[in-house]
This record gives sequence, C-alpha cells and structure tokens, in this order.
Amino acid sequence: MALEMVSETPQKSPILLSMQNINKAFAGIPALSSASLEVGFGEVHALIGQNGAGKSTMIKVLTGYVKSDTGAISFDGSPFEARSPQDAQRQGISTIYQEINLVPFRSITENICLGREQRRYGLLNWAAMHEEAQKLMARFNIKIDVRKPLYEFNTATQQMVAIARAIGFKAKLVIMDEPTSSLDEREVSVLFDVIRQLKHSGISVIFVSHKLDELYQVCDRVTIMRDGRTVKVGELQSISKIELVASMLGRDVVQVAKSATAFGKRSGKIGETVLVASNLSAGHKVQDVSFSVKSGEIVGLAGLLGAGRTESARLVFGADARRGGEMSLGGQSHHPRDPIEAIARGIGFSSEDRKVEGIIPDMSVAENLTLALMPQLTKVGIVDEQKQLVIVEKFIKRLGVKCNGPDQRIRELSGGNQQKVLLARWLAMNPKLVILDEPTRGIDVGAKAEIQLLIKELANDGLGVLMISSELEEVIEGSDRVFVLREGRSVAELSGKQITEAAVMAAMAHGETEQAL
Amino acid sequence: MKKNSIIAALSSQGVLLALALLILFGWLRYDNFLGLFNISTVLRYNSMFALVALGMCFVIMTGGIDLSVGSTAALGSVVSALFSTQGMVVGTLVGVGAGLIVGILNGFLIVRLKILPFIATLATMLAANGTALLLAHDETVSVSYDGTFVNLGQGDFYNIPIPALIAVLAYAIGSVVLNFTSTGRSVLAIGGNEDASRMMGLPVNRVKFMVYVLSGGLSGLAGVILASQFGAGQPIEGVGWELFAIASVVVGGTLLTGGVGSVGATLAGVLLLGLIFNVLNFENGLGWISLSAYWQSVIRGLFLLFVVILQSRLTLRQKQA
Repeated sequence: MALEMVSETPQKSPILLSMQNINKAFAGIPALSSASLEVGFGEVHALIGQNGAGKSTMIKVLTGYVKSDTGAISFDGSPFEARSPQDAQRQGISTIYQEINLVPFRSITENICLGREQRRYGLLNWAAMHEEAQKLMARFNIKIDVRKPLYEFNTATQQMVAIARAIGFKAKLVIMDEPTSSLDEREVSVLFDVIRQLKHSGISVIFVSHKLDELYQVCDRVTIMRDGRTVKVGELQSISKIELVASMLGRDVVQVAKSATAFGKRSGKIGETVLVASNLSAGHKVQDVSFSVKSGEIVGLAGLLGAGRTESARLVFGADARRGGEMSLGGQSHHPRDPIEAIARGIGFSSEDRKVEGIIPDMSVAENLTLALMPQLTKVGIVDEQKQLVIVEKFIKRLGVKCNGPDQRIRELSGGNQQKVLLARWLAMNPKLVILDEPTRGIDVGAKAEIQLLIKELANDGLGVLMISSELEEVIEGSDRVFVLREGRSVAELSGKQITEAAVMAAMAHGETEQAL
Repeated sequence: MKKNSIIAALSSQGVLLALALLILFGWLRYDNFLGLFNISTVLRYNSMFALVALGMCFVIMTGGIDLSVGSTAALGSVVSALFSTQGMVVGTLVGVGAGLIVGILNGFLIVRLKILPFIATLATMLAANGTALLLAHDETVSVSYDGTFVNLGQGDFYNIPIPALIAVLAYAIGSVVLNFTSTGRSVLAIGGNEDASRMMGLPVNRVKFMVYVLSGGLSGLAGVILASQFGAGQPIEGVGWELFAIASVVVGGTLLTGGVGSVGATLAGVLLLGLIFNVLNFENGLGWISLSAYWQSVIRGLFLLFVVILQSRLTLRQKQA
C-alpha cells in the first residue's frame, strides 16, 4: 500500500517527532507493518483509523509501553527510546488517557506536582507548589481552589489537571487519546482553547479521536492508519470528511458518501405502546421526564451530556430508585425494584460503558452471552451446555460476531464485537423492549454500521427500542420518534419529518424546537 | 494464540506440576514417604484446611475475603466438643451450625450493610474468637470418648481417613457447583465484574450472601473435625488458618481480585503447602538438619512467595502477548 502524500508543500515546521518503519507483531500477528508518523513543532496532529488499525500500538511503542520489533524513532533531533511511560514523560512526551490517570482523593496541587515536588530545607514546599498549580490552571482560564481533592471536580476539569501536569513536566509533545469522549460541547470548546494555547507555546499534540468534526476544529495535519500501516498523511484542510472515512475503511468515496449512518429506510410496522413513562423524577438529574415506546419503534432520547438520559433509562430498568412519576409496561403498572424484576418483564438494557457495566472480561463469549439466560438453561440446577452452545452459535452467526469461537475470552474481542455479544445477551431473552445506551460508542466505523443495521432489523421484527446516543446523526436518522431532554426535563417530542438536526439541536440548546431569533 | 494458551495452561497447571515434583522428591528421598501411615496422616490433618480453603476459594472468586474462618473453626470445635456427649450427629450439627451463624452474620454485614468484607470478617473473627474462649472458659474442652463423636476425626473407612473422605466429597460437590450450575457461573461473573452482573440481572446479593454462609459452614465443619481428631475443643487453635487458606487458594491460581479460579487447583494448593511441612519433617528425621517449626513457616512463606511471583510473571506475559 503506497503512501499518498496529499500536501504538496514540504514540511513548513521542522520535525519534532519522527517514527519510521515501525514493525510490531503480537504472538506472530502483525499489529504494525512499516508504520510511520511525523509531527512538527507546535503542530496539532490527528491520528485516526478504525479499531485495530494500529493507532494505540503506535502510541504504546512511542511511550515505551511496548517495544517495537524494528523501526527508528527520533525526537527533538536525537534518537529516542522510552523504557516506560514514566521514562517517556521525563523525556518530554506525556499522554492524557481516556480514563484519567490521576489520584482522585489527593488535591489538584498534588496531582500536578506528584513526582517532581518542590522542597525547601528538605521538606515539601507546599506554598510554592500551590502557587505553581494555580498558575498552570490559570493558563487555561480555570480559577479553582487547587487545595481541594480532584474527585470534587468534573471530568473536564480533571482533564485540564492532567494537561497541566504534562506541561509541568515540560512536555514537548502531549498525546491525547480520545480526550473528548466524556465531555459535553462546552467543555470540548474549552479543551480546544487549551490545545490552541499549547500550540502557541510550541508544544505539539497528537490527537486521537473518532469524532471527525472535531479534527477540523483543532488539527493541522492528519495521519490515517489502516491494518497496521500508515495509509494517508496530509494537511487536514485539503482532505474532506468523506475522504477520511473512505481511507480509514479502505473503500471508495462514492460508496461512503451515500449516508452517514446505516439506518436507511424503515420497513416494519409500528404497533401497540409498550412502555409509558410519565413525569419521572429521581435525584438531581431527573426532574420531570416523560416518554413512551411502541413495539417495532425506535425511540431516540436526545440531549447533552448530563441532561438525564441515562438516569431516566435506568429508572425503567430498575437500576436506580425512582422518586416520583409513573411507568407502565404493556398496560400494567411498572415499578421494578431491581434489574432482575425488569428483565423478568421483558426489558433489556445495554449500558453505555461496556467495560464497567457490560462485559465480564475474563469470561468467554459464550458465558457473557448466556449468563443472564442461565435460569432458562438449567435443568435441576445443572447448566445444559448443549442447549447453551446452540443458542450461542445461533447468535454469533446472526449478529456476525467475529471471534475464534464461543470459548474465546471476551476481553480479546474488538469493541464492536463485544457490543454485538452484549446485544445478543438481551436478544437471547426475547425481550419486548431494549434500552440501548450509546450502542455505537467507541466502535469503529464499519462495526458501527453493522450495529445500526442490526438495531433497525430488531425494530422491524417488532421489538421496541429506546436508544440513547450522543451522536446527533444516529438519533436523527435512526429514530421514528425523538424525545429531547434538557437539564432533567423532557422538552420536546418529535416524530417523522419533524426530526431534523435543527429542531433537535434547538431543543437541546433552548428547550424549544423553534429557534427564537 | 497458541503460545498464549500454552502459557495459560501452564499457569493453571503449575500447582499440579509442583505437587507432582514434590511427591516424586519425597518418594525418592525418604523411606515410607508414600507409606499408608504417612499418607493417611497427611490427609487426615490437611482435610481440615482443605474444607476451610474450599469456602475461602468461593469467597475470593466473588472478589471478597473471609478472615473469620480460623476463629470460626475454633468456635466450631469448642461448641461441638461441648455437645460431644450427644454423639457424632448432634456434635457435628451444632459445630456446623455455629459456623453457619458466623457466615450468616458475615453475609448480612457485607451484603445488607455494605461493609467491606475485610473489615466485616475482621470484626466477626474477633467476636468468634472471644465467644470460643468464653464458652470454653479459657481452656481446651475435652471431648467425650463414650459416644461416636471421635470416629469422625479418628476413624477410617476402608483405610481412608473419614475427614479426607468428607473433604473429597465437599470438593467434588464444589467443583460441580462452580462449573455446572448457574450459581457457580454467577460466582465468577460477580468477581469478574459486579456492576455488569447486577445490570444483567444476576442475583448478586443472594450469591454473595451464600458464599459467606458456605465459608462459615465449612469452617464450622473443619472445627468439628479438629475437636474430634484431637479429642478436644480448641479455642485458641485456628489462629492463622485464614492465611493458610488464602495462601492455598492463591497458589491454586485463583485471583485475589476475583473472577478467575478453580476448586481443584485449590485442593492441590492445600496439599502442596501441607506436603512442604511433611517433607521438612522427614528431612528432620534423616538427621542431617534440624529445622524448628518456625523455620518451617519461614520456608513455607518463601515458597508461597516464589509461586506467587511466578504466577504474576506468567499472567503479565499473557496480558502483553
């Protein structure tokens, strides 16, 4: 696969980081094949590709988490090799991970200064450290009490602390691995301001993200990886979004341009009402939420992060306690005390966080698929393994799960395939209603389309689907009806042609579908 | 992939391999090592630890810990000794019953009041210990030799010590429960990811409660065997049993974080640690060296450390591969 060079002009800025001909194989299977990556001084460089394309391995090689088999890295003018992420940090390369790697119960100051504490007379100089932390945070226009423990602050602030820590370590290159995945839009714009500031002070950034729109807002150049190779490098402004997607997928542009999501036209018939929830309230996050789902219908719950979508859905599933409001399922009053009760009544819930609430990493695909089904699979207390295998194989085939077999441990599967197993978990129980919370989050583009098609087929077969998604396109193109939540209240119900990007966004932003001008 | 599975197999079979090597070593080096007397002595004595370790294994697989097993066994021995005049059945029932009560208390504290297992079972460990001393008036309680009670610990069935038979039976049942029932699968699922287990509707609270009750009951049973085998209820025995049990479980490849474990390998772990003692005794008997019991503990500790380091290196390699 030849390297296409899109930018004609030679590199404007001198090169800070150059990784050439990197090869790495895990147990004989190549993860990187002659991959390359170049980042200039003060450049924000996007690194994109599907899951398994080799982005994370590339970063792990750079930060000394794994050792490459062959290849050359030079950093800031001299050959570079990191023995560990700590070593990389000492040499000027810091990484900000998706899950923030800080110490929640210690103060912001400690989180920033840990590992390079300032001393006076051999003792810690707290005053100087607090001052330094305050200064670093002030660079991002964040004025907070740095003496307070980290966990008291929201994710966005915690991320800023991680970045401040990197700057404190005199980083020349900051790697951000999907930094926006848990931020809302306002927080994202703050983060982008910070990235621009880093750029101005000459610090380079490698920005890994699945959200293409964001790349155009902050990144200068892009490296696209596929199957462990670098397939395209260029100025971002000269590459269209469709081209990016096409390169990542290795398909031609026309094919991809047709539709942003795979939902397409719906054929199924919408039937009786399955679930009605009215005036739900619980805690701070759910104040007054109402929605309903019919059989064969995909209902989208839209809203910004923190609008109360997940929290409302958890009430339907009995995962949290309800304070007020009424629910009915199939015409009968529905107030489950725990998920066990909700499941028994035919509700499935696929969580937004696969790792925390979804998979049991060390168990097999088969067990992850059938654990919830066990009561139906046991005869006099003993699991009927024959029956179990039949079910597992049926769903592996039906959902196109790519795995070495039912006995493979689920942790070894890609995100998309894990998600399919989790969907199968609920489908195997033959439910009336499934709640899908961010069904395609963190999944590569190809698998995403497959999951979306699957959701559509399920609805066509008469299943009621309640779908929560932070991706506007998914909600708009996938839903038959959309309920928009805003700060814990349902503010709009849209159906059919009313479901437009403008209407949904207006409701999320202002609480009304008509934009007041 | 292939290499991966070989390493996985090795790390779970490591304990069996070590056990086989130790037995081979003993057989070659000492007369009578594999003699009927030695085998039955080792099995009779270690069956108590085996029972305690079995309960511990289930608790640890859910991601918990039970520090109260030693005191519970001591309590069980005292209670059953007090009732030993009533014969084997009654003595056993009250001893096991005492253990079950401690287990129920543990389960209640951990599941209902949501107290950390380490703290909850530390508290019940102290309480059970105190209760045993109170009931025994601070001394060993002699067992009645008139009835059938002592047969349980001292008797044989076709030359096989009865305690060993009980332990083997318990492990057989435990293995079936873990591998072939939905409860067993739930145990591992909860240890692997408790939140996910809750969200898929597994009976998390019930299963967690059950493993502590099981652990308490088996500890009580071990206490009954203790009293019956040594002819006395021993309020101060059982000290350090919890650590021995944890060590056996860990040597058997069960992860302390839960989610991965094996009943069979736990039994192998018990036998391995028990045989190390036995081998050292034989070595003393040869007269070349003379190691006190304290030295034996040191050696056992070093051995445990060795196995654990080996295991962590193997799992590390597995993760990176």
